[in-house]
Amino acid sequence: MNDYYWLIPILPLLGSAFNGLLGKRAGKGAVTFVGVGVVFGSLLLALSAFFAMKALPDHRLALNYGEWMSTGSLNVPFGLVMDTLSGTMMLIVTGIGALIHLYSVGYMHEDEGYARFFSYMNLFVFFMLTLVMGSSLVLMFVGWEGVGLCSYLLIGYFMETDFAPDAGLKAFLTNRVGDLGVAIGMMVFFAAFGTLTISDILTQAGHLAPEVGFGVLTFATLMFFVGATGKSAQLPLYLWLPDAMAGPTPVSALIHAATMVTSGIYMICRLAPVFTLTPITMDVVAWVGAATALFAATIGLVQRDIKRVLAYSTVSQLGYMFLGLGASGFAAGFFHVFTHAWFKALLFLGAGSVIHAMHHEQDLFKMGGLRAKMPITFWTMLVATLAIIGFPGTSGFASKDEILYLAYLKNPALWVIGLLAACCTAFYMLRLFTLTFLGKARDHHAYDHAHESPTSMTLTLTLLAVGSLLAVWLGWPKAFGGDFRIEEWLAPAVTYGQLHAVHGEHGSHQLAWVLASASTLLGLSFAAWGYFSYKDGLAVSEARAAKFPILHKLLLNKYYVDEGVELYMLRPIRWFGNLLWKLFDVILIDGVGVNLPGALTRVFGDFTALFQTGRVRNYALSMVLGAAVLLYVFLK
Amino acid sequence: MTWLNSHPLTFLVFAPTILGFVILALPHVLGRLSRLLGFMGALAFFVLSLSWLLGHHGGGAGFTERAPWFTLVGLPVDYALTVDGLNLWLVILTTFLVPLTMLGTWNSLKDRLGTFAALFLLLETGMLGALMAQDLFFFYLFWEAMLIPMYFMIGVWGGDERRYAANKFFLYTLSGSLLWLVALLYLANKAGGFNPVLMGQAASMLPFSVQCWLFIAFAVAFAIKVPLFPLHTWLPDAHVQAPTAGSVILAGVLLKLGGYGFIRFAIPMFPQASMHYAKPLAILSVIAIVYGALVAMVQRDIKKLVAYSSVSHMGFVMLGLASFTVIGTQGAILQMLNHGISTGALFLLVGMLYDRAHTRMIADFGGVALKMPVFTTFFFIVTLSSIGLPLTNGFVGEFWILNGTFLSGFSWGRLYASLATSGVLLGAVYMLWMFKRVFWGPENKDEDSGTHHLHSDLNAREVAVMLPIVVLILWMGVHPRTFVAVSEAPVVALLQDAKAPVPRTFVLKPAVHEASAAEGATHAPGATETLAEPAAHEVHR
Repeated sequence: MNDYYWLIPILPLLGSAFNGLLGKRAGKGAVTFVGVGVVFGSLLLALSAFFAMKALPDHRLALNYGEWMSTGSLNVPFGLVMDTLSGTMMLIVTGIGALIHLYSVGYMHEDEGYARFFSYMNLFVFFMLTLVMGSSLVLMFVGWEGVGLCSYLLIGYFMETDFAPDAGLKAFLTNRVGDLGVAIGMMVFFAAFGTLTISDILTQAGHLAPEVGFGVLTFATLMFFVGATGKSAQLPLYLWLPDAMAGPTPVSALIHAATMVTSGIYMICRLAPVFTLTPITMDVVAWVGAATALFAATIGLVQRDIKRVLAYSTVSQLGYMFLGLGASGFAAGFFHVFTHAWFKALLFLGAGSVIHAMHHEQDLFKMGGLRAKMPITFWTMLVATLAIIGFPGTSGFASKDEILYLAYLKNPALWVIGLLAACCTAFYMLRLFTLTFLGKARDHHAYDHAHESPTSMTLTLTLLAVGSLLAVWLGWPKAFGGDFRIEEWLAPAVTYGQLHAVHGEHGSHQLAWVLASASTLLGLSFAAWGYFSYKDGLAVSEARAAKFPILHKLLLNKYYVDEGVELYMLRPIRWFGNLLWKLFDVILIDGVGVNLPGALTRVFGDFTALFQTGRVRNYALSMVLGAAVLLYVFLK
Repeated sequence: MTWLNSHPLTFLVFAPTILGFVILALPHVLGRLSRLLGFMGALAFFVLSLSWLLGHHGGGAGFTERAPWFTLVGLPVDYALTVDGLNLWLVILTTFLVPLTMLGTWNSLKDRLGTFAALFLLLETGMLGALMAQDLFFFYLFWEAMLIPMYFMIGVWGGDERRYAANKFFLYTLSGSLLWLVALLYLANKAGGFNPVLMGQAASMLPFSVQCWLFIAFAVAFAIKVPLFPLHTWLPDAHVQAPTAGSVILAGVLLKLGGYGFIRFAIPMFPQASMHYAKPLAILSVIAIVYGALVAMVQRDIKKLVAYSSVSHMGFVMLGLASFTVIGTQGAILQMLNHGISTGALFLLVGMLYDRAHTRMIADFGGVALKMPVFTTFFFIVTLSSIGLPLTNGFVGEFWILNGTFLSGFSWGRLYASLATSGVLLGAVYMLWMFKRVFWGPENKDEDSGTHHLHSDLNAREVAVMLPIVVLILWMGVHPRTFVAVSEAPVVALLQDAKAPVPRTFVLKPAVHEASAAEGATHAPGATETLAEPAAHEVHR
């Protein structure tokens, strides 16, 4: 089978090419067959590869397919690596990807750009798998920029609107700011290690003591983290993700919740042995993550658009993941990637199901009472909601608890921030859930037409709900009698090449119980508050908003960050560009430097032309004058 | 045929001129026939150049034709043409772009079709001759000869301000070349001829300050062509006023001759002086990258935007050359090819849009994607190449240049490479912002708008023009070694010569790899210890 594993990323690429070039002519049936089929094919191959890798003693399968961009001392082959980390991520991408492709068949059925949509989605899976499986940082960067491209195309999918193109552009450019960080980080790594092959970098880094190369490596890892803040929507580069909801909902689920936005976390796990060497970077990662988790959660409290709430929730949950990484919990952070992929994809697709039923109504305030009309959507959403608020026993509880616990061990202040964010999460999720499914219908026209979604969509929801429930099996925390097996599973990958594996401190089980009880109790009471505030409609919340008008307005307008960026960053840059053009280029270089000498030459020429009169008497006069001067000079 | 076998380069260089004169001799009424004849001829030259140059190139020794020609005030001038690893692909790029551009602008011109085709072929002779000439006087002749057809192309078939643009283009370039001619004659006198190797040897005997002056004279002439900031202001005017075909060739080939001049003549002839001026060159390159991008960002005319983007992209070429590393120089060579393909394609596409809408103002468009989906797809792919997305050609060139600069032995390498990465970001800003305003969004329903006048998507001819470009963009991005493998050995040799006399300081280990790669030695694994050196912290500044 080894000979066929290159097809794992290539199959979706072929599907994309087919749908893009021939899809319109081939018809919807063929597009569906190819578009969904290639991702399922890729999933089957990925499963085969995964078990082949698992059977190997070192859980690592490296494949090489020849040279790509090698010159001088730079050597970049086309190579794929499957180890416990990339193997797991590969399964998340193909598995959840396949489900979301299936869902899209129903969701996008009436859209004119059906073939275009599947072409972009397949292309995304190709780039995401390249990001995950690439053996070198350059190949990872191919995927890194490539998924950004697909994200851009899919956000701007409704290109005839005013809003979607802006959102797409914003996403691409914000991501590119982060990409510069990755590019600079790669240059530093290449200069420091002489290679960009990940395994070689990790082996070399594993032989370094933490102090060695402190400055260089800290700088490099910080640069990589800048890239991660772009792709994974952390402060300050998170701005694009809420706007990215302009894309179709399956896109939000696949790209902007489950897979692409977690690639920042994935990258840090991939380079974990280097990050471990740079404690300053780890502190930055933890604090930025915690700050983002809380910051985004507070905005989520008041948003009205169902997808926007989920978007801020994603930003916030990604913050948790970084908090876990920064607390040296690479397994914990990645475990949250895994569990979050299930329940957040489910939340988005459930929201999509609701939006689909409500004829593209996304305003929470106009929903309500949908429980009876959409039972499958209701129950699956309930599972996801319980998971995300960390209800005991769910997968969300397991992964979030482990992160909070590690955060406490690193710095109790981080734990407090994480806890506050968890409370906000519990509140806004119950708010969302109650406003959508419970209470009375607030828009009767839409309500009357609402219906449960087609099978391809509900089937996907059910499978994702099962996944959300089962995900807990991989990592029930040790403090509660589990084995947190994901830690041991990922160990060969996140400690690759390390001579001395670094073990974080471990507190006692009692401490874990106390912390978990506190956070669970607080979280559940906030959830209850959310439920009771909205179960009878909007009156309670409106009264509360009236009590704190400034705070409410601040949150509603997302702290005015977008406006600030426009006013203090983008406008000055455009102004500067105009200044350079009109003052520097046109006036200084071209005017003074080029046209002025030209004009002077012409004026001087015109002046001397005055003496070229063509009259003999003028010339005779000049001759006489000249002769007089010569006589004077020679006879003096 | 035997003559042809021993003189393929002579044929390639002068056959276009002969064909051009034949076309000029045809009566005016046969304009359409002349156009067809010109295109068929150019296509034949492309096929011949491919089959001869690639088919026989083999070991990398290349072709050379050299014979004594005449004596200029006691200095022998050689008839010397060469195709080797440094110019092979630039030559093929030229023979490729000429027929492609003719086909792409088939219906753009309405009058004097035959004259235009003939001028185009004369221009091809000038470009190929300049690329192949291995005698500096011969090179100079071609270098100046290129100006004349381009001057007429802009001045006769150009836009409203064509006279100003044509004069500016001509005088700008000429003024740089005249200074260079003085240096050339001075050095030829010292060397007793115009052979670049002998001239380089003669130059190395001269005092260092004289070498520096000579280098500057060479560099200014080439830098105007590139164009390097602040000598770039002829470019936007020339591009905007030139007809599409002129813009394509200007961007695709003429600018390349500047960078090529550095690699072929200025650096190998004055290795110490060029190392001495590496820093100023790099500073100007970084300024060009950022400045060109910022100015491109605020343009309102698409063609002018593309013109300023050329300034930015060619800045990358110069930065790669100034790095004096194998990776950086190889990147510069590839970036020249990339820019020829991508920017040439952008000008073609803008021309196709202009032929339909009769405007190039960004504000006049909006929603073009809804009316011209095929055109939009091609434009988008070329845009991706222009912004350096991985798996397109633009990425490979920029990545090599930036890495080469970063690990050059120069103390400024790391800082400048980091600054230059902002050009990659700004490139995405101006290209995608323009793309959004022109192609996306609701359809611009205004009666006077450009979108309103778009009635047809690309026809078969235009698709046939764009397809090879897209194939090349992907090919160069996925397998760049096809295009740079031949230049690796000459570049290594060039840099060994250039670097030998200069004492170097290494901070991180990077330069060690470069040096060891150049010597063919494997890199020592113990080198990671150098990370601990205090100087390594400089990277923060």
